[in-house]
Amino acid sequence: MDLKLSPFPTLEKQMPIEHGRFEAYVDNGGTVLAVGGPDYCVIAGDTRMSDGGYGIQTRKYTKIFQLTDKCVLATSGMQADTLALQKRLKTMLSHYQKEHGKPMSTPAIAQFLSNTLYYKRFFPYYTFNIVAGIDEKGEGCAWTYDAVGSHERVKYASQGSGNQLVIPLLDNQVAKFNQQIIAGGNVTSQQAVSFVKDAITSAGERDIYTGDYADIVVVDKDGVHWEKFELKLD
Amino acid sequence: MEELNRGGFTFDLCSRNTLLEKTGLKMPGFLKTGTTIVGVVYKDGVVLGADTRATEGPIVADKNCEKIHYIADNIYCCGAGTAADTEMTTALISSKLKLHKLSTGKEPRVVTALTMLKQMLFKYQGHVSAALILGGIDINGPSLHTIYPHGSTDQLPYVTMGSGSLAAMAVFEAKYKTDMTRDEAIQLVAEAISSGVFNDLGSGSNVDVTVIAKEGVTVLRNYLTPNERKFRGPEYIFPIGTTPVLSKLVAPLSSKVIIEDVVMS
Repeated sequence: MDLKLSPFPTLEKQMPIEHGRFEAYVDNGGTVLAVGGPDYCVIAGDTRMSDGGYGIQTRKYTKIFQLTDKCVLATSGMQADTLALQKRLKTMLSHYQKEHGKPMSTPAIAQFLSNTLYYKRFFPYYTFNIVAGIDEKGEGCAWTYDAVGSHERVKYASQGSGNQLVIPLLDNQVAKFNQQIIAGGNVTSQQAVSFVKDAITSAGERDIYTGDYADIVVVDKDGVHWEKFELKLD
Repeated sequence: MEELNRGGFTFDLCSRNTLLEKTGLKMPGFLKTGTTIVGVVYKDGVVLGADTRATEGPIVADKNCEKIHYIADNIYCCGAGTAADTEMTTALISSKLKLHKLSTGKEPRVVTALTMLKQMLFKYQGHVSAALILGGIDINGPSLHTIYPHGSTDQLPYVTMGSGSLAAMAVFEAKYKTDMTRDEAIQLVAEAISSGVFNDLGSGSNVDVTVIAKEGVTVLRNYLTPNERKFRGPEYIFPIGTTPVLSKLVAPLSSKVIIEDVVMS
C-alpha cells in the first residue's frame, strides 16, 4: 500500500457504469408430452403460461401448433421464442407446399426443425420441442429436441417443467421398462388418451408451473383432432 | 474446561461450510411455504386463514400442510417462510408462554407472545426466516399483529403475508369493513386465501380457517377444498411376476429369534 503523503487527493479508479443487464430469456413453464401408437399419435400440453416466478400471465395459452394434417409441434420454454419459431416454420412449410405441390412429410419436418434450431446455435430459440404425428407409412411417431437442434426419433416424449414427473410414468406404461410379464396388447388411441390425461393431471398436482387446462391432440389418418381438458387452477 | 451449553444455535460448522461451498458443494434447499396467510379482526374476535401448499422450488412438497399454529388456548399464529423456522419458532414461544402462564397464574396476553417472538427473531438478525401473523384475544380484547423475519411488528385490523399477500390484500382492500360479524369475517378470510390459492403459484390446495373468540376457538381445518383432482385414469395393474424373482428364501422366524426368560432377583 502506498503510504506517501500527497497534497492532492488520489483519483478513484474509473469504473464503467453498470446498467441493469438485459435478460434475453425467460422460462414461461409448462409441460408437453407425446405418445406414438401403431396408427395414431397423442400429444398433450397444458395451457398455463407463467412469468418465471410465482405469477400466472395467462391460463389459456396453447403450446401445441398444427404444422400439417399429419404433424403438430408441441413446445415449452419461452413463449416469445415459441411464437417466432412457429411463425418461421409456418412460412417455410408454406413455401415448401407451393414449390413441391404437397405438404412436407413428418420426418422431413423433424429434420427441418433441427436445422432451424441449429441455425441459431449461438443465440438459440429458448424452446424445448416435440414434433409428433404420423409418418409416410401412417405410423405414429415423435421426435424430441434440445434448444439447439439435437434430436431423436422416439416412441414417446415429454418436455418442460413437468418433464421429470412424467418421464417415469411413460417409461413404465409405454416402454414397459423392467417388466417381465407385459399385460395387454396394442394400446388403442382412446386408452392412450386416457393415460396421457392421467399423466398431465399428475404433473399438474406436483408442478406449480403446470395447470389450468390442457390440450389433448390426436393425430391419425383422418387428421388432427383437438380436445380441451380441465386441470387444477391453483 | 467444559463449555456450558447455553442453548440456541451452534455456528461451529459455518466456516467449514463456506470453505466447502467454494469447492462447489451445493447446500441442501429448505422446505419453503410459499404461502398465503391472512388475519382479520371482527366485532368480537379474530379470524386467521392460511392455504395448505408447501413447496420445494417448483415442486409441491406437501398438498395439505398446516400453517396455523397453536400458541396458547387464546392465541394462534400463521407462519410463512421456511417451514422448519415457522414451526420451531411458534412451538418454542408456545412452550415459553405456557411456563410463563404457570409461573404467573394468569391468562397469557397477545403482546407477551408478540414481544417474545420479535425478540427472538431480532436476535437472529433475519436468519430465522419466519414471517408471522399473530392473532388472539385477551383482557384487552381481540388483537392482530404481523411479525417480519427481522423482528419488526405491526398491529392492524386486517393483514396478509407470504408470496400470496398481494393477491389476498387486494380482496381485503376491496371488501373489508369494520365491525363485521363472525360469518362475514370467515367469508372474507376464505375469499382472500382463495385469491392467493388461485393467483399465486406458491400457494394452493385448501383453505384453513381458525376463529378466536371470547367464547373459545374454532379450528376449521380444510374449510374449503376447491382443488380436488379432476381426473383419474384407468387402474394400473401389475400381475404377479411382473418383477422377476431372482431368488427365494423362507426362514421361519423362530430360527432367527432366541427367547429367554430372565428371572429378576
